[in-house]
Amino acid sequence: MPTLGPLIVLLVFCAVFSLATKTFFAAGNLSLVVQQSVIVGTLAIGQTMIILTAGIDLANGGIAVLGTIIAGRMVVEQQNPVLSLLFALIVCTSFGLAAGLLVSRLMLPPFIVTLGLLGIITAITRLTAQGGAFPVTDDLLSWPGNAFNVGDASITYGMVVMFGLYVVVWYLLTQTAWGRHVYAIGNNREAARLVGIPVQARLLSVYTFAGLLYGIGAWLALGRIPNADPNALQNGNLDSITAVVIGGTSLFGGRGSLWGTLIGTLIVSVLRNGLTLTGIDPLWQDLVTGILVISAVALDQISRRKQR
Amino acid sequence: MTVETSAKVTLPPKGTVVLEARGITKRYGQVTALDRADLELKAGEVLAVVGDNGAGKSTLIKVLCGAVVPDEGQVLLDGRPAHFRSPLDARKLGIETVYQDLAVAPALDIATNLFLGRELRHKGPLGTWFRLLDKNRMRREAQHEMDQLKFHLPAIDSAVEKLSGGQRQGVAVARAAIFARRLVIMDEPTAALGVRESGQVLNLIRTIRDRGLPVILISHDMPHVFEVADRIQIMRLGRRAALTSPQKHTMSEVVAIMTGAARGDDAVEANGSA
Repeated sequence: MPTLGPLIVLLVFCAVFSLATKTFFAAGNLSLVVQQSVIVGTLAIGQTMIILTAGIDLANGGIAVLGTIIAGRMVVEQQNPVLSLLFALIVCTSFGLAAGLLVSRLMLPPFIVTLGLLGIITAITRLTAQGGAFPVTDDLLSWPGNAFNVGDASITYGMVVMFGLYVVVWYLLTQTAWGRHVYAIGNNREAARLVGIPVQARLLSVYTFAGLLYGIGAWLALGRIPNADPNALQNGNLDSITAVVIGGTSLFGGRGSLWGTLIGTLIVSVLRNGLTLTGIDPLWQDLVTGILVISAVALDQISRRKQR
Repeated sequence: MTVETSAKVTLPPKGTVVLEARGITKRYGQVTALDRADLELKAGEVLAVVGDNGAGKSTLIKVLCGAVVPDEGQVLLDGRPAHFRSPLDARKLGIETVYQDLAVAPALDIATNLFLGRELRHKGPLGTWFRLLDKNRMRREAQHEMDQLKFHLPAIDSAVEKLSGGQRQGVAVARAAIFARRLVIMDEPTAALGVRESGQVLNLIRTIRDRGLPVILISHDMPHVFEVADRIQIMRLGRRAALTSPQKHTMSEVVAIMTGAARGDDAVEANGSA
């Protein structure tokens, strides 16, 4: 069970913070921890799919921010909210498609493609925002931030959407031929081609689908912070890679699990929240996260070497 | 979608020509890789194709499995002209190819590798609408096929990377054997393997032939060729230099023809009419 390690780490952190503070293990705080992980958690779904194909996505945060700006500005300018949201989703999906075309057809390295796209998208975001931010007052755009109560815990619709996306993508990755092809391409691309898997089409579908997920991530971001800000989510790409890696998915592709990514996202979120509650200087948060990332990659490398 | 396994196809009687290549020529710029090369594969045999580097055996094989389109010449499958534009065309006509560099996905399990690219879905709406894989059926059929091939592996759901090199190549060979309906082409299947592991793969080749599927075996390794081949085609300078068998020539004679130290024309004539 590849998610067992990350799960133990998550439970240990939860136990430590529950003992160290009185405030951590409370329904309200745990709900907050999950709410804080919704955006990165959604970006990390696309990131997981791409890393499983032995790729990487540095543009996902940028794509999501562009989505928030497009939807936010259109609504501020009195456009139909449904059309605005739809247009934002289409733009995000198109950038996923563009990355997919460059990676699959031109065989360019995903690192370079998405790094270049990040620059282009950031510029387009700035041009679209024209130096401002767009406060979101529309009910549809802020819907993911609405909450209902289960006992003492407040559950936002954003949390429900994110969890639903995890279930859907888990199903696709593990219960369909498409998912097996994704793993096979990341594991041994040449073998995948030789057995007749349409490698280019699969890669294109992965990047395009990831783009759609980033668009949904943009909507969830508008629900969480009802202000479309071109400077938000600057570290979305690195945070999502961190979540994927801590969750036990190999950066070399072909190995890993989506639930591991959800656990990885929660680990980072619990760490930030718990360290803040214990009153430790926030600079330690990044330090501990850094150690976790390196440990996770080291474990992956060592286990791969053993199998040789 | 149903599995198209070899068992469901009636194979032609032993001795009839299944695959024939006539006067195949392939040039790369100034270099003539194949110069009117011929080949006949008969039902129920292992035909070894040997030759020195640059003799044209790889190009000939690529033509037969659809990876290379020849400039001249004809490929006939069951006596009918076949035009392969890609390996997928050849595969659709029942020709499967095994490559030397272990074409498996190591992190995935044995059953998954066997059905990779040809996954089975559940029958009914779960499969049609939700594309749900029928993992149990794939495991069952994978186990059944491995038993039929008398190839012993650890649990069918263990990862391929836990297997030895010979067992991994066994998985690749078994995949070809399961899905081939006409013939199997093996390009240096033992090149990456040790002695004992090669033995496992050679046994598998014999089992496949005994089940009725003819095999074209490309190999550098003379002892392996002499162990499993029914006939041996020796390539030299882009054409067939001789057609012989382990009974008619010794290993050193075959090597002599390969390198041009001995002439092989008489051997062709002796066999060509048979």
